[in-house]
Amino acid sequence: MPSDSALRIVWIYPDLLSTYGDQGNVLVLEHRAQRRGIETETVHVRSSDPVPETGDVYLIGGGEDRPQILAAERLRRDGGLQRAVTRGASLLAVCAGYQIMGSTFGGEEGQPVDGIGLLDLASARGPARAVGELVAEVDAALGLPTLTGFENHMGVTRLGPGVKPLSRTVKGVGNGDGFEGCYAGHVVGTYLHGPALARNPALADLLLSWRVGELAPLDDTRYEQLRQERLSAVLAQ
Amino acid sequence: MTQLSLRAQLASALGRSAATLSRMTGRGDGSVIGGRVGLMLEPDLLRKLARDRKLALVSATNGKTTTTRLITSALLELGEVATNAFGANMPAGHVSALSTHKNAPYGVLEVDEKYLPEVLDTTGAGVVCLMNLSRDQMDRAAEIWLLAQKWRNALSGKPTHVIANCDDPLVTWGASTATKVTWVAGGQRWKEDSWSCPECGGPLERKDADWACRECTFHRPEPQWVLDDDAVIDPRGQRWLIDIQLPGLANRSNAAMALAVADAFGLSVERAMPRLREVTSVAGRYTTVERDGRQARLLLSKNPAGWLEAFDVSDPNLPIILSVNAQGPDGRDTSWLWDVDYRILRGRPVFVTGERRLDLALRLEVADVPFALCASFSEALAMQPPGRVDVIANYTAFQQIRSEFGRAV
Repeated sequence: MPSDSALRIVWIYPDLLSTYGDQGNVLVLEHRAQRRGIETETVHVRSSDPVPETGDVYLIGGGEDRPQILAAERLRRDGGLQRAVTRGASLLAVCAGYQIMGSTFGGEEGQPVDGIGLLDLASARGPARAVGELVAEVDAALGLPTLTGFENHMGVTRLGPGVKPLSRTVKGVGNGDGFEGCYAGHVVGTYLHGPALARNPALADLLLSWRVGELAPLDDTRYEQLRQERLSAVLAQ
Repeated sequence: MTQLSLRAQLASALGRSAATLSRMTGRGDGSVIGGRVGLMLEPDLLRKLARDRKLALVSATNGKTTTTRLITSALLELGEVATNAFGANMPAGHVSALSTHKNAPYGVLEVDEKYLPEVLDTTGAGVVCLMNLSRDQMDRAAEIWLLAQKWRNALSGKPTHVIANCDDPLVTWGASTATKVTWVAGGQRWKEDSWSCPECGGPLERKDADWACRECTFHRPEPQWVLDDDAVIDPRGQRWLIDIQLPGLANRSNAAMALAVADAFGLSVERAMPRLREVTSVAGRYTTVERDGRQARLLLSKNPAGWLEAFDVSDPNLPIILSVNAQGPDGRDTSWLWDVDYRILRGRPVFVTGERRLDLALRLEVADVPFALCASFSEALAMQPPGRVDVIANYTAFQQIRSEFGRAV
């Protein structure tokens, strides 16, 4: 039985946006919370169901063009995510999910499609597909180590004054202008798809700490081994 | 075939020579280079080689090579069959297969999902077999909804007889523009890519094998063939035990598809089934290699749906070695590891190796599956007690293990 005190993790629309191992972010958040003795309750919200407003950490993942358009329509109609973020919930929006948070994004034929306007950004279809490992230095204000992950998208994202770039790219494309991702309040958007939090546990902890405060340190040997192996392999290329 | 122009004959012959050279110099099995040489000299070679033959094309995310092999084995009952047995599933591989068996009246070609429209168009194949579509190597493969749309366009208005798995909603949608379809209830273990209606995006209602869209009229068609655990029920209602040598439900599904394809060629189940039983391993899959008293059975799986099938085949009482790479053919992105539910391995001795073993190690740690990390497959094998062990590896990891054993398997 879920208790009232459990940390509520809400995975939005896995039936539409769960193409690239997006479940990994859910699993990493659960795992890191539980190892610190924080009870968790995870809700998978299908696109035919309302998005609960009382969650703590929300996740939305990547997907193909058609499901992305459907997801944007349904989120706009539903309004639950917007209300949850207004209440201070954390949100990690990945790839297609990241684009949906803005005012507009590119559809199947590159046509502009309305986003939900939760973040001050606009996306469009870029000239070429960005596929590969990405390395980026995170905005010093967030105090996070180097960002590492994999991107696979055709989007170009322009940030407005209402959000800050999450990081400056060292390798890879990201937003398409030398920056990757963005943040505002308790919301983080990124092109690093799927298990971005497995490669960046400090980002997972940031999302958790926004809801539960300071976190006890963990033994992150496995995470560190993977990070170091990936960073050295990618930077050596 | 006898009708080839001089130019096509020359192209075909030079291609075969290139293939022989490739094999002799140990560079590969020659099925790609030979076809490339042929196509360079005669771009229309595939069309010319396909003419006047009875062809079946086989496409899916998983099970292409095995099903191609099963169908080939069945059709040998009717005569000589040209086939790309080594999984070279793009046009160069098809040219090579058809050149090698110039006079074969039948052809069974495994076709990469993306290339199906082009190959169907070029060859005018009479039969197409479609089994399943799921997420696979997303960094280079096409997205699957888009892929199914291209299948629809390619099949629309053609006289091709399609044999399709109606338990997979996306395959059903991809096949349903064809003029003639035989539906096979072949099962679908991996459902994570089919929660929404391919036609309208609405939610799919699922009850056992049946499915229907809640918002539009798209629904599962009535199957003519039904896989029922270890048997298949044919369109006349007769039940046949599928007692093939390849293990697991996924292979029984492949066999059911093969029997329906054989039927489209006029070959009865009675005659086809014994031929299916002759297949014991397919390009190294399911074979057992032995070293120092350890017998390792090799299972290939390349994506989340494939891992589910491999877990089904694997013996839960045995230790298991997992090997993962991320070279070009594997897909360079290991995100898919997070789509696989590894908790089923809890309680078994698990050994992790491969070039991307650290990705898998973290994945297993998060799933609370204890494991031992090994620098190489040899090391992992040496850590086993004498006896049997199962191995699941993705594509290049699998090939590396085969090479280590001299590809004698």
